[in-house]
Amino acid sequence: MSKKLLLEKAHVEGIRYYDVYRREGGYRSVEKALKTMGPEAIVEEVKKSGLRGRGGAGFPAGMKWSFIAKPEGVPRHLVCNADESEPGTFKDRYLMEFIPHLLIEGLIVSSFALGSNDTYIYIRGEYAWIVDILEQAIEEAKQNGFLGKNILGTGFDCNIHVQRGAGAYICGEETALIESLEGKRGNPRIKPPFPAVQGLWMRPTVVNNVETLAAVVPIINIGGEEYAKIGVGRSTGTKLISACGNINKPGVYEIDMTISVEEFIYSDEYCGGIPNGKKLKACIPGGSSVPILPANLLLKTAKGETRYMNYESLGDGGFATGTMMGSGGFIVLDEDQCVVRHTLSLARFYRHESCGQCSPCREGTGWMEKILKNIEYGHGKLSDIDLLWDIQRKIEGNTICPLGDAAAWPVAAAIRHFRDEFEWHVLHPEEAQKRNYGLAHYADPIHVPVTA
Amino acid sequence: MSEQLFKVTIDNITIEVPPGTTILNAARKIGGDVAPPAMCYYSKLEGSGGKCRTCLVEVSKGSEKDPRPMPKLVASCRTTVMDGMEVKNITSERVVDARAGVVEFLLLNHPLDCPICDQAGECHLQDLSYEHGKEATRYEFQRRTFTKHDLGPYIQLHMTRCILCYRCVFTADQLTKKREHGVLDRGDHSEIATLIEKSLDNDFIGNVIDVCPVGALTDKTFRFKNRVWFLKAMDAHRDCPTCSGKVTLWNRGDEVYRVTARKDQWGEVEDWICNTCRFEKKKTSDWVIEGPRLINRHSVISQGHYAGSVGTVKPTETFKAVNDGRQPRLLMDIHDISEVNQPGTFLSEIERPAHSTDFNSKKA
Ligand SMILES: Cc1cc2nc3c(=O)[nH]c(=O)nc-3n(C[C@H](O)[C@H](O)[C@H](O)COP(=O)(O)O)c2cc1C
Ligand code: SF4
Ligand code: SF4
Ligand code: FES
Repeated sequence: MSKKLLLEKAHVEGIRYYDVYRREGGYRSVEKALKTMGPEAIVEEVKKSGLRGRGGAGFPAGMKWSFIAKPEGVPRHLVCNADESEPGTFKDRYLMEFIPHLLIEGLIVSSFALGSNDTYIYIRGEYAWIVDILEQAIEEAKQNGFLGKNILGTGFDCNIHVQRGAGAYICGEETALIESLEGKRGNPRIKPPFPAVQGLWMRPTVVNNVETLAAVVPIINIGGEEYAKIGVGRSTGTKLISACGNINKPGVYEIDMTISVEEFIYSDEYCGGIPNGKKLKACIPGGSSVPILPANLLLKTAKGETRYMNYESLGDGGFATGTMMGSGGFIVLDEDQCVVRHTLSLARFYRHESCGQCSPCREGTGWMEKILKNIEYGHGKLSDIDLLWDIQRKIEGNTICPLGDAAAWPVAAAIRHFRDEFEWHVLHPEEAQKRNYGLAHYADPIHVPVTA
Repeated sequence: MSEQLFKVTIDNITIEVPPGTTILNAARKIGGDVAPPAMCYYSKLEGSGGKCRTCLVEVSKGSEKDPRPMPKLVASCRTTVMDGMEVKNITSERVVDARAGVVEFLLLNHPLDCPICDQAGECHLQDLSYEHGKEATRYEFQRRTFTKHDLGPYIQLHMTRCILCYRCVFTADQLTKKREHGVLDRGDHSEIATLIEKSLDNDFIGNVIDVCPVGALTDKTFRFKNRVWFLKAMDAHRDCPTCSGKVTLWNRGDEVYRVTARKDQWGEVEDWICNTCRFEKKKTSDWVIEGPRLINRHSVISQGHYAGSVGTVKPTETFKAVNDGRQPRLLMDIHDISEVNQPGTFLSEIERPAHSTDFNSKKA
């Protein structure tokens, strides 16, 4: 049984409202942090906790906080990244919807630590109803003296503003998010300068994921050291996993990162196994951008050891035999699933979401999608598989922001581990053409290949 | 403050530059092949660069203090040098490979229709594809198409040729009081547009034509009237109330075909010019001629330049001289001589490869 730090109270009746949340021990961390700790002590505590950013890249949060520039007389900002657009990832939504005060509480403490008097929640436009939930929680916190001027008489002022995005995946990338918050087209900025030096309105800014900021609450409550004892190695604390695909119990689970992948998929506490007794074929364990792993490499590492649900174990061996924890969007594929089709679907997503600033991503994502479409629909050539491999290789690492990598990795991993499936499509065109998934939108005329 | 200089080695050549210099600008100081190609960076435009990825280089040593190599290739136009940095441009296999990839990507949706493109002879993408590209494309799909936008009386947009370098967007942003165009949409369907067919007509908007590295934005008062290499480039000036009035005239005989800003050795505008100078002053009498403009010898434009008075002197015919006095027609008329095209001769009916004896030569 995993320890629960974030969702422990999520099912308490009425926890969405301040009174219940407070009665259950809410906002203690604000009192503790603002009254008994200084900003530096909070940053120290977060460092000690070993908390890694939960938005995907896994960068240590305390270290990120300590990088923030502190020029005299220049305001600083904290921005909460609630854009959550990675296919397969829906954990932040759950947290904000069911226990919104936890995020608000984390934001107040973090704003105090970073010296942000104006903090922003940039939320995915499609989460319209959650905006209302958050705004209500903010209003309640303000009514009770936890937000606004002179919080708890400590002299610290803080406002939280909620801003809706317009539904672009790229606006989850931190610098594109900042551009969008400033009212501009959501194109990623070229780094450096990093947001910690010049972020929102050119002021020092920290961007953190919803879950990261919520985790600050238990860290302050129990202390960084205690927090670091949960989990294993550099994967400390608990992690929210959104599980979907061919599993009996899709949903959001809070795990401490000591359980094995096998336990996560098959035990009744989590995914509850695969429906209809089907076999496990593959899994994308960290949201759509991370490499897919076939069953044999998913349950065991390349060295034959048990694979665990944590940063190190999932990444074991690099991309040739490992994958990434990513944002925790766990997508399971049973034996009936077609990897080529899945890869096409992902390629289609990345082509559509590329901001179009840099040539390799703008042109490469579209090209990959077209080739994958040819292969999937039985119009491919064997050389197309090598071409795909070469295209993804020329995108990866050569773009402004990691969306290029996110588009390249799924294709690379699919070819690496499931090349035979791509070949099957090419060698059995009639059978490939006969397969009908009932997905009419793929007949989109813009993408009809010329070579068909 | 005495400025400490940073030592940087690019392709084994070491120079010293002030802190804050980008790798690209350091390499430009050395010049030649060491300078990476740049399709989106434009020194005269603030914030430009970083987008096209043609200037990617390998940093094999970060600095004296932290000698670790950088894991990824970096955009040299947006990365500043550190003291002791070592950079590989053409000496890096990774760079050459990545750049060939970038060229291939850029050409996916850019037709190499140079013979009918107004930019031919001045196109940076044309140069780039010759120098860094592959001989063939592996792209087998329909190219991108767009609905046409009319940008007003002066400027024509060919969106199919645009490589989305954003230079024209920065130009409009930074030079004109009113910005009316920008990038619409995302990914491979993004386009330069004015959203609702507006015309681009404020004082300095003509400069977008000069900054465009390809033939996407062209001058309606000049396009298709001539090829640049038939024109003679002359530096000229006039007393202009709006801009410096320092321009290059592109003449044929006495006729002014085109007016552009003067460009430096990297193909970048030295001084922005106004619309009146560019589009409306097309008489020689409008200008004080300074003399012929020096054109880089590599440029195809230079051919006209070296020929003297362009368009009036025919190039010398060397064929007869190098072919023992024979006229080219001897070679060109093989069909007539060998009777290959005789209706009675069917090559497909010959069982072996055709031979001269199969053709009744008139000469015999
Ligand atoms: C294309 C793209 C989309 C992203 N989307 C999100 C997102 O929806 N939510 C998020 O928290 N981070 C997202 N990220 C990661 C952010 O750029 C950033 O690393 C993160 O918000 C930092 O927070 P953390 O340190 O707490 O993880 C995305 C990154 C990229 C490249
Ligand atoms: S990698 Fe893609 S999404 Fe990121 S800046 Fe380049 S084009 Fe835009
Ligand atoms: S129109 Fe020309 S200058 Fe403008 S973005 Fe396209 S290629 Fe660049
Ligand atoms: S010139 Fe550097 S990326 Fe375009």
